[in-house]
Amino acid sequence: MSWRKAFALAWTVCAAWVQAAELPAGDYQLQPRAIAAQTWVIEGAVEDFSRANGCNIINTGFIASDDGVLVINTGPSWLYGQQQRAAIARTVPQKPSRVVALNLHPDYFFGNQAWVDVPLQALGGSMAGMQAEGKAYEDNLYRLCGDWMKGTESTPARQSLTPGRQDWGGHRLEWVRLEGHTGDDLLLIDHSTGVLFAGGLVFADRVPTAPHARLLPWMNSLRTVQAWIDQGVVRTVVPSHGPVHTGRKGVDQTLDWLKWLHQRLQSSAAQGLDLSEVLRLSIPQRFATWAAMPAEYTRSVTYLYPQYENEQLALPHVPTASGQ
Amino acid sequence: MQWPVIHRKFMATAPFALSDEVIVKGPEFAEDAMNVPIWIDARALQRSMGPIDRIVVVADRNPIQHVLDFEPLGSWPVLAFRIRMEQGSPVRALVKMKDGRWFVGQTWVNAAGGGCTVPGATRADGSWSRTLNHVQARVFRNVLDGGTRLRLRVMHPMDTGLVNGIPAFHIEQLELRDAQDTAVWRLHLHEPVSENPLITLELGDQPQGPWRLTGRDNNGNRIDERLKA
Repeated sequence: MSWRKAFALAWTVCAAWVQAAELPAGDYQLQPRAIAAQTWVIEGAVEDFSRANGCNIINTGFIASDDGVLVINTGPSWLYGQQQRAAIARTVPQKPSRVVALNLHPDYFFGNQAWVDVPLQALGGSMAGMQAEGKAYEDNLYRLCGDWMKGTESTPARQSLTPGRQDWGGHRLEWVRLEGHTGDDLLLIDHSTGVLFAGGLVFADRVPTAPHARLLPWMNSLRTVQAWIDQGVVRTVVPSHGPVHTGRKGVDQTLDWLKWLHQRLQSSAAQGLDLSEVLRLSIPQRFATWAAMPAEYTRSVTYLYPQYENEQLALPHVPTASGQ
Repeated sequence: MQWPVIHRKFMATAPFALSDEVIVKGPEFAEDAMNVPIWIDARALQRSMGPIDRIVVVADRNPIQHVLDFEPLGSWPVLAFRIRMEQGSPVRALVKMKDGRWFVGQTWVNAAGGGCTVPGATRADGSWSRTLNHVQARVFRNVLDGGTRLRLRVMHPMDTGLVNGIPAFHIEQLELRDAQDTAVWRLHLHEPVSENPLITLELGDQPQGPWRLTGRDNNGNRIDERLKA
């Protein structure tokens, strides 16, 4: 229970630094933007959770076909889910036929409440995580986002999605399970359009969120995504946070950050630094302009550094010997 | 206002001065309320005002305010550790000098809270009993210029007594003695110190191991471990 609580607390943020223009109360102003044939995204603010942005920091998307509308991620609140549904209905005539959350984090599925008449899907591991942590996510998002959350109750996905290839009304879809950002990271490649919905694995112009992360598996997963892009399988990348872009920009940025963070934590532990000291080390200039800095650095170090300390303390040449 | 209570309870309303030379650092916001890193450094105070008797750490708005007492003895008055926080609170270091004067340094840590009233990971999964009072330690030179740093962890659930059905169970005392059997520092820990306390200390300029770490918890379990440099 405690670590779940702890992970949920990781969603808490310091909102003071956010400079964004404030949204009118209760209106997310969702604007679907076409990025490929029959494919749209609704982009969230490239920021951290705050009341000013209604805690809308996620990119959601949808693909419309003869088989209906496939909705990807449902945003941070019931209200978002309702407005997302209305925005999609304004954009395409087809009926929604499935809703997929790409991982267990709250902004991927808290809008599910507005879609309960449609199959709600996720990877099995994500579903278990949503059930375990949903309540704690609620507590945190109500605290951070206030009225935007009104009436929201965690509504986990109900159907386990099996990765693999699938025809979706003429779209050649491929669902892939990778890992590292969370234990179960779902990605969607649309081979018909070259669009990749990268889920939580790829961030762009924003510091990656890492409370559930394992850095080495995450880096390996990103190398897989790099190969898809290099081979031309993927052209357009929709990260969950940050601008939609072409090519390796987001993957390379995320990998650069993760490598640097891993190195920082490893060398700090080897030098004997305390957590308090690591939190106060300076951050290289190339990351300084990214959104959610320094909040995400603090969050990542707080959750990840103890593992590196443990490794250091457990080294075989630890200078301890049993007492009497 | 908790300060008058703190002042009476921990300082017997003795006169005191707030001092910038007592550095207390915590995060602006406690990302993990079960593990809030606190850093205390009173070296500047010791240089300007003389030897320190003890440093009392308190968190005003915690249900248990008393975090720990630190007697630096032959070590530098530097200490880092992690605490649980039940809500946002001042965290203060009340420094008593050997001549009886008091100096106070403080910071404010905001927290979503709940850190004191949920069980720790090893209590929740039951693994605490297999590792109780195991000690891990490492020595690092020159992290602070000229210093000898000891990072020390004692495995202990450090139960606060505020979780339903789990009585308070925590390390009460730790003491490090050098090869001449002289005490190097002494710590009295209380419930808010995080599970499996990981403590960073600075032993001074020229300390030589081996050391002996002794201590006990409030159930009478002993800690006795030799540490080599």
